[in-house]
Amino acid sequence: MLDLVPLFVLIPLGAAFACLLVKKRAPAVAPWLSLVSVVALLGLAIAGVVQGTSGAAIAGGWSLETHLGTSFLPGIVLVFDGLSAMFLLLVAVVSTAVLLFGLRYMDTYDGRPLYYALLSLLIAGMNGAVLAGDLFNLYVFIEIASIASYALVAFGTGGREIEAAFKYLMLGAVASSSILLGIAVLYASTGLLNMADLGAAIAAGQVSEATLLAVATLFLAGLGLKAAMMPFHAWLPDAHPSAPAPISAMLSGLLIKTLGIYALVRVLYVVIGMDGVLGGSLQTLLLVLGCLSMVGGVLLALGQTDLKRLLAYSSISQMGFVLVALGTNTWLGVAAGIYHALNHALFKSALFLSAGSLERLTGTRDITEMGGIARVAPATTLGTVGASLSIAGVPPFNGFWSKLLILIALFSAGLPVVGAIAAATAVLTLVTFVKVQHKALFGALPERLKDIKDVPASMSLPVVALALLCLLGGLLWPLGLQDIVGDAAASVRTDAKTNLAPEQYRTMVHSEGRQP
Amino acid sequence: MIMYALAAVLFGVGLYGLLVKRHLLKKVLGLLILEHAVNLFLVEVGYIEGGTPPIRIEGADAAAFVSNAVDPVPQALVLTSIVIGLGLAMLMVALTLRIYERYGSLDANRMSELKG
Repeated sequence: MLDLVPLFVLIPLGAAFACLLVKKRAPAVAPWLSLVSVVALLGLAIAGVVQGTSGAAIAGGWSLETHLGTSFLPGIVLVFDGLSAMFLLLVAVVSTAVLLFGLRYMDTYDGRPLYYALLSLLIAGMNGAVLAGDLFNLYVFIEIASIASYALVAFGTGGREIEAAFKYLMLGAVASSSILLGIAVLYASTGLLNMADLGAAIAAGQVSEATLLAVATLFLAGLGLKAAMMPFHAWLPDAHPSAPAPISAMLSGLLIKTLGIYALVRVLYVVIGMDGVLGGSLQTLLLVLGCLSMVGGVLLALGQTDLKRLLAYSSISQMGFVLVALGTNTWLGVAAGIYHALNHALFKSALFLSAGSLERLTGTRDITEMGGIARVAPATTLGTVGASLSIAGVPPFNGFWSKLLILIALFSAGLPVVGAIAAATAVLTLVTFVKVQHKALFGALPERLKDIKDVPASMSLPVVALALLCLLGGLLWPLGLQDIVGDAAASVRTDAKTNLAPEQYRTMVHSEGRQP
Repeated sequence: MIMYALAAVLFGVGLYGLLVKRHLLKKVLGLLILEHAVNLFLVEVGYIEGGTPPIRIEGADAAAFVSNAVDPVPQALVLTSIVIGLGLAMLMVALTLRIYERYGSLDANRMSELKG
């Protein structure tokens, strides 16, 4: 399995190039190229999760005897552990649904081979970021995914799209510079880039507290912007709704998690160390920013009538749940946070796809102008209702379990105030989505929408499938899913007073014959 | 030290241009200056006063090489970062051109969406 790990990056990267090659001669081949590539990724990711292997793979790995007498293996270290496997599977599942949906949805857009090329590039960037074993590769893959996403937001080339993309690009590039600066400062004080080595050096106290504080601030600002945590969220409500629906689903469902949450978990837990000198202040910061995002996001979502904008604000709120869960610095908290990120990817991408269907059906994104869609578009309604129940936290859907776990984690970590805020936010989320259901799907059907037909099966099926996965994710939680998520969490935070996970991570990376 | 100060000043200039200026092209330039301030900082991290290029010549003294050669890793990082910056700059200019075509203006205040 470990030998195959580089394929997670190579397959989508190859598909991106191939889509560009066929752009002129056979544009109709491009969708199938990317579809085949994501199905291959899906197979690989399932195999990875089922086998449960973990370890480091070195891409390149030329054995090199240096003139200076030491020998080492230069190459790109890719680390494949429980957490990476989980996110790789998530990327593959959501990308497959999104690609299927886009087959018909993108009919109205020009330059479709470019869309498939950029989408494949986005997947390659996200997979790479999830696997990267050193900070600079993490940065490079974050940039690959980000640049692809800037271009995809502008894909419609209307005024709205271009402006949103410009704003997103400006803020995203500042965030990337902040991440790079953080990496540079860490390199200046340790001479290391590998995350395992850096973690060991920082744990051994080789970096002064002031430097570490600067580094942590730079990473939090940079990765926080990618994760759209408040107060770094300003780009998201413009960028996510402006993109074509499949891209909105990719951005809100995957990008903010792989580039934001995943990278934040890795950097904070493995490199900087949540139990180290900064542990306490980092925890407080995560909890405060998490609460801000939760409450701010849901309040702004409540006031929206534009369906996609409402969903975008709700994404900020849901990311807040993940952040407070991570702020507990316990195994349960991390597991709950990862589970919620996973669930959010499923239901939010389903909701964004269904928003695309509803926009196609009704010609508007304003939920006050919709209504009674349930009568004319049963399949779309089914998927939308499933995903909405899930995000609203109705049992037995997965959203209920992950929110419950986050509340348990918060209360058992002695944070009742944060727990109460999270509970209140969960209620407000329920209100928001009841409003959406009531206004858009049920009620009276406007006269002008009497004759519409449901969207083709290739558009309704992915939404229904994702909603079904939300239900399954909830039902399977007691039956095995909790072990997989628990393992993923244990790869950054073990269930003990002292955290053994960073140590295990180092052992795993160093066992590949790679000397620090 | 003076070079580190230069990097800091450039970073500030870039951030100022990006946040305060209303002209989109000035925002683009601000971002480019900011990126290169970070690149400059990265190069300085590996620099040794009076160092030699990190190219090893067959038969040269190994110990002297190790102590005199500047660190090649930041240079490799900066090269990568410059390439990424180039891609970003192309995309930014392309978007700016599209905005100009649409509105006939590059004033951020005349745009309907762009508030930040």
